[in-house]
Amino acid sequence: MNVPLVEVRGLTKEYQRGDEVVPVLAGLDLDIARGDYIALMGPSGSGKSTLLNLLGGLDVPTSGEIRIDGVSIGELGSDELAAWRARNVGFIFQMYNLLPVLTAEQNVELPLLLTSLSKAERRRRARAALALVGLSDRARHRPRELSGGQEQRVGIARAIVTDPMLLLCDEPTGDLDRKAGDAVLDLFDALNREAGKTIVMVTHDPRAASRARRVLQLDKGVLAGGGG
Amino acid sequence: MAAAAFALLPLLRTSLQRHRLRLVFTVASILIAFLLFGLLAAVRNALTAGVEIAGQDRLITTHKVSIIQGMPRSYLTRIASLSEVRRAASLNWFGGIYQDPHVQLVVFAVTDNYFDIYQTLQIEPAGLMAWHADRTAAIVGDGIARRYGWKVGDSVPLKSNIYRRKDGAGAWPVKIAAIYHTDSQDPNTVFLHYAYYNETVTFGVDAVGWVIIQLKDPATVETTAAAVDAMFANSRTETKTSTEKAVAQSFANQVGNIGAILTFVVSAVFFAMLLVTANTMAQSVRERTPELAVLKTLGFTNAAVLTLVLAESLLITLVGGALGMGTAALATAVLSVSLKAFLPFFQIPPLAYLQAALYVAALGAAAGVVPAWSAMRLQIVTALRTG
Repeated sequence: MNVPLVEVRGLTKEYQRGDEVVPVLAGLDLDIARGDYIALMGPSGSGKSTLLNLLGGLDVPTSGEIRIDGVSIGELGSDELAAWRARNVGFIFQMYNLLPVLTAEQNVELPLLLTSLSKAERRRRARAALALVGLSDRARHRPRELSGGQEQRVGIARAIVTDPMLLLCDEPTGDLDRKAGDAVLDLFDALNREAGKTIVMVTHDPRAASRARRVLQLDKGVLAGGGG
Repeated sequence: MAAAAFALLPLLRTSLQRHRLRLVFTVASILIAFLLFGLLAAVRNALTAGVEIAGQDRLITTHKVSIIQGMPRSYLTRIASLSEVRRAASLNWFGGIYQDPHVQLVVFAVTDNYFDIYQTLQIEPAGLMAWHADRTAAIVGDGIARRYGWKVGDSVPLKSNIYRRKDGAGAWPVKIAAIYHTDSQDPNTVFLHYAYYNETVTFGVDAVGWVIIQLKDPATVETTAAAVDAMFANSRTETKTSTEKAVAQSFANQVGNIGAILTFVVSAVFFAMLLVTANTMAQSVRERTPELAVLKTLGFTNAAVLTLVLAESLLITLVGGALGMGTAALATAVLSVSLKAFLPFFQIPPLAYLQAALYVAALGAAAGVVPAWSAMRLQIVTALRTG
């Protein structure tokens, strides 16, 4: 039996709001196989984004363990975790989160600045990633010169340029019209089927969720029907 | 760490381009601070240069009460007779005026051996001989000669705002015997013969203002100074003997404690600049909170983010400081041409550039440290929500 890429055991997350403790995730267990494509759905406040942040090492759990590709990320120090994120995870945000002063190509090149690649090689890979998302002709454009759909495709190119094994997407089509959203989802399909990327996508949109291999429902910090 | 910092260079450039107008104003503020610092350093250098060039082997004896009170001429001979003394010359302030009564010239009446002590004043031997041969002759600096168009052989009517002539004549005609050149002293002085001065003035006859003592051995400055003052202790005219450097410093202090004024002004300006730069950096970090969170999400470490913000602050102060000192150097170079006659050492000393470099580093670090620390401690999830 294949070992899952992502193993989550007894994951709990609580926030402190004044004197009040707010539980967000309550002892969650979840396995995600390599090459899986999961849509994480649920009402607002159900803990979808919190789970995504924990999987990406952007936040730390109150208790429980997250093991990704054999690495227990809770045991990593701050710098180790940053290096692990740079190598293994690509993030795609609802609001794209591109740096407005950089061109599309420079935005895509950003994660490569942390590698030992030469400038020429960084450029080459950034252009290849932009070509993959169909934006070769927009390399020199800054984010404000691009449409929302194009910005999101730049965001995807930035997420995949380091060839990570896991893509974490937080409402990637939430701010796009239907046509642009479909184009983004088509890209995810391709990345999952052709490049074998494991994708976890938080979404409110049933159409987007229908493109995933599995849909998990999260409610009040608990996965409906378990996460196996 | 070094590789990560190097990776930040492209980001640094683009970060600075974000608000160009704000950047220009911030750099301009720092530029003005360092321009002021450079100019004040040049002024300080001009006013205290005499202190720096004062000889180590020279003492100056004056009246104990005040330098404007004279001492008996006989003191000069008695001081010269001390075994530690190589030479002793006297110097009297004349209060010279030429043409314009509002313009005070630096005119001294000196004994004949004065130029043996101050050999840094370069004088043609023939000119010096001519001066010795004619008691109405004068030796003038090349600065003042240029200012008034004086040439060797010219006869110049000098007046005094202190003395009157015994014979009732309005002026002391002096013949310019030589023009001295100097790289280290005031080029605007006129030297008359003490004998000419002494035989013509209506009061202060046979009195000397200052006695310049050249020692055989610089190691005896303390003992000789004490010996001179002891020689005239309990007399009607007691003396005060100090090193030339101490006298020059005391003169400099008469126009105020230049160092303290400079420090106060520069501190006030720099504190204001610190607030301006710190505010710019804090605003910049606040505006970029989501972007810094994105960088951290992508794998930039806390240290890399800290370095980015600090480097930005340092670069702003470095550019402002370099432009400020560059402008100050240019301004002093231009101004020194017209000020040469009055302030021959109006230039920024090398030490001031080193101080400026230290101030740049301190200002950049102080302005950037709090925003950089905030950026470093940014919680990614919270910061992303602010976008």
